[in-house]
Amino acid sequence: MASREMTGSEIVLKALIDQGVDTVFGYPGGAVLPIYDAIFAQNELRHVLVRQEGGAVHMAEGYARSTGKVGVVLVTSGPGATNAVTGLTDALMDSVPVVCLTGQVPTHLIGNDAFQEADTTGITRPCTKHNYLVKEMDDLPRVMHEAFHVARSGRPGPVVVDLPKDILMGKGAYAGPENFPHRSYRPATKADRDRIAEAVELMAGAKRPLFYVGGGVVNSGPEASKRLTRLVRLTGYPATVTLMGLGAFPASDPQCLGMLGMHGLYEANLAMHDCDVMINVGARFDDRVTGRLADFSPGSKKIHIDIDPSSVNKNVPVDVPLIGDAGEVLGQLLRAWKARDPRPDAAALAKWWKQIDAWRARDCLNFADSETAIKPQRAIKRLYEKTLGRDVYITTEVGQHQMWAAQYFRFEEPNRWMTSGGLGTMGYGLPAAIGVQVAHPGSLVIDIAGEASFLMNIQELSTAVQYNLPVKAFIINNQWMGMVRQWQELLHGGRYSESYTAALPDFVKLAEACQWTGLRATRPDELDDVIDAMIATDGPAIADIVVEKEENCFPMIPSGAAHNEMLLGPDEKAEAPVSEEGMVLV
Amino acid sequence: MSDTERHTISVLVDNEAGVLARVIGLFSGRGYNIESLTVAEVDARNALSRITVVTVGTPMIIEQIKAQLDRLVPVHKVVDLTNEGAHVERELALVKVKATGNRRVESLRIADIFRARAIDSTGESFVFEISGSTEKLDAFIGLMEPLGLVDVSRTGVAAIARGTEGI
Repeated sequence: MASREMTGSEIVLKALIDQGVDTVFGYPGGAVLPIYDAIFAQNELRHVLVRQEGGAVHMAEGYARSTGKVGVVLVTSGPGATNAVTGLTDALMDSVPVVCLTGQVPTHLIGNDAFQEADTTGITRPCTKHNYLVKEMDDLPRVMHEAFHVARSGRPGPVVVDLPKDILMGKGAYAGPENFPHRSYRPATKADRDRIAEAVELMAGAKRPLFYVGGGVVNSGPEASKRLTRLVRLTGYPATVTLMGLGAFPASDPQCLGMLGMHGLYEANLAMHDCDVMINVGARFDDRVTGRLADFSPGSKKIHIDIDPSSVNKNVPVDVPLIGDAGEVLGQLLRAWKARDPRPDAAALAKWWKQIDAWRARDCLNFADSETAIKPQRAIKRLYEKTLGRDVYITTEVGQHQMWAAQYFRFEEPNRWMTSGGLGTMGYGLPAAIGVQVAHPGSLVIDIAGEASFLMNIQELSTAVQYNLPVKAFIINNQWMGMVRQWQELLHGGRYSESYTAALPDFVKLAEACQWTGLRATRPDELDDVIDAMIATDGPAIADIVVEKEENCFPMIPSGAAHNEMLLGPDEKAEAPVSEEGMVLV
Repeated sequence: MSDTERHTISVLVDNEAGVLARVIGLFSGRGYNIESLTVAEVDARNALSRITVVTVGTPMIIEQIKAQLDRLVPVHKVVDLTNEGAHVERELALVKVKATGNRRVESLRIADIFRARAIDSTGESFVFEISGSTEKLDAFIGLMEPLGLVDVSRTGVAAIARGTEGI
């Protein structure tokens, strides 16, 4: 097994390489200096030096979500580890496979309040899928390999490996991944056969069916998307997609109803409300999707495919749970569907599609364009149209621009859309875009940003320059924290408390100071030229799109309301004021 | 809520650092109840510990608790003894009573009825050891209260299924 004694740091690097890692996003510090010394002495692993550890985790997330591989982070003890916490929580909520190596003070100092000591495993226990503190040299190779197994298996997630400095400097024997089958963690990937049969029966008898497609399909890999697309087309049933699932089913497919949920499409939400059989594939009934739980899809029988048994019956009771990997279970369903060769009720389906077409005819994404101000919807729509057919990856920050991007940018395949869904982390988009660009150096990678979110990880601008990463930032700049402003308008009587940024940097000058190209559009007739110029820029570029300041994002299901109570535009008022129960919801 | 149930759940886990913190953190982080929790190594050769949790919740919450426990990486097995059928539960308590005269005699008499043993005594106190169901221990402690109850130490519930099968 072991050829020779290696240092702990060499074992760490060897394990990374044997796990197929090519890039590490990190920041050095006292406790991890031995690893940086080992990095200095090799050429197999690329290290991307970030500007703050929080950026490193989002970069690893962007890398992971655009490739399907595990993203790797390396940070030092204490503040290095605590800065990583937001990104780890983000990765946990959105099921992103990340391994985060944290330095730690030497084992004999643990618990002594040593310099840059933090109880990293204690702090990260609730925000990781699993974590390890390596206290014995002999455990190091096993823990390294287990960390990758846990991060990528089952429902993916972040794993922290805390590495005391004496372990990194000590000597030990290395062994490869094949030597360490996991003792307890082997998630099921295939669903129960009887349940598959039940699901097919239910689907075959549906009169108003709907596929509800989530991020689990993306996480399962591109094959899952292909199988889903085959199954949806084979059945002829409509499909709606969650924020995390965008791209899992092609947006251009006539059976695609688009995104559902709080800012989802009218036809998607009403179809969800009225369907009689729901086929949930890798989505988790998030509160942004369900709205008021008591009135969520009240008349439907529910089939739920999920690899995580704890997602089943958590918020919404389901009739047929199918526990397993989305791709595997979709394969099982496809085979069972073909074998049974059902004849669904054609008349009922035709009626259902007619209803859906009537909802579609409302054209809920229509907006009142302006000749004097750039409408944010128009900006994103034009960006989409001008990048159509290109090899493009989109990341976002969090807020109105994120929802408009989800509505107006259309994705044909998985892994092209990176957004912070579960945690809603402002500052995610810029570092995530850098991570995506590292993995896809020749592609067009655009962070669709809001100006407030963009400032939250602005320090990473120079990371892009250092590694010649031609990332594009498309800032929807309305000078407001737009979603906060919108909620204050709709729910808090228009009292705009602290949601206006009275002083902003000049983003063009900021770009130039950071050796990016800076562009700006303030009038509708400048928009197209700026988008063209941004795309044509060889290096990184910021396009500061100064938009209509007080535009609200519609459609919207007010908090605490049901899917059939959505507001379609600024002229609509909710039938009833938002209830007290609704007000406490976020 | 009216439809809550009390369940006794056995969890077989790797006996490693932090495993108890994971279980407790899961309950506090997600707002589940812990009525009682016991933990000790039960298989030294394979380094396995057994955690017994008594919890209260609606059937949906109980299912959630089991699913959430089961997805913790060091967890090997989760068994809901309440659902699995017949099982036995025992708890042990040490109960200190300070009393003289009639009260002292009365405490001994009640201890005898409950099959509690005096394992320490001074001229004016006893320490009783009692084992049994949680309800039995509650009843015994309740009776000791007016007689001069000073201190109680309880182990929490240990439970095991009846019959031939292991966990």
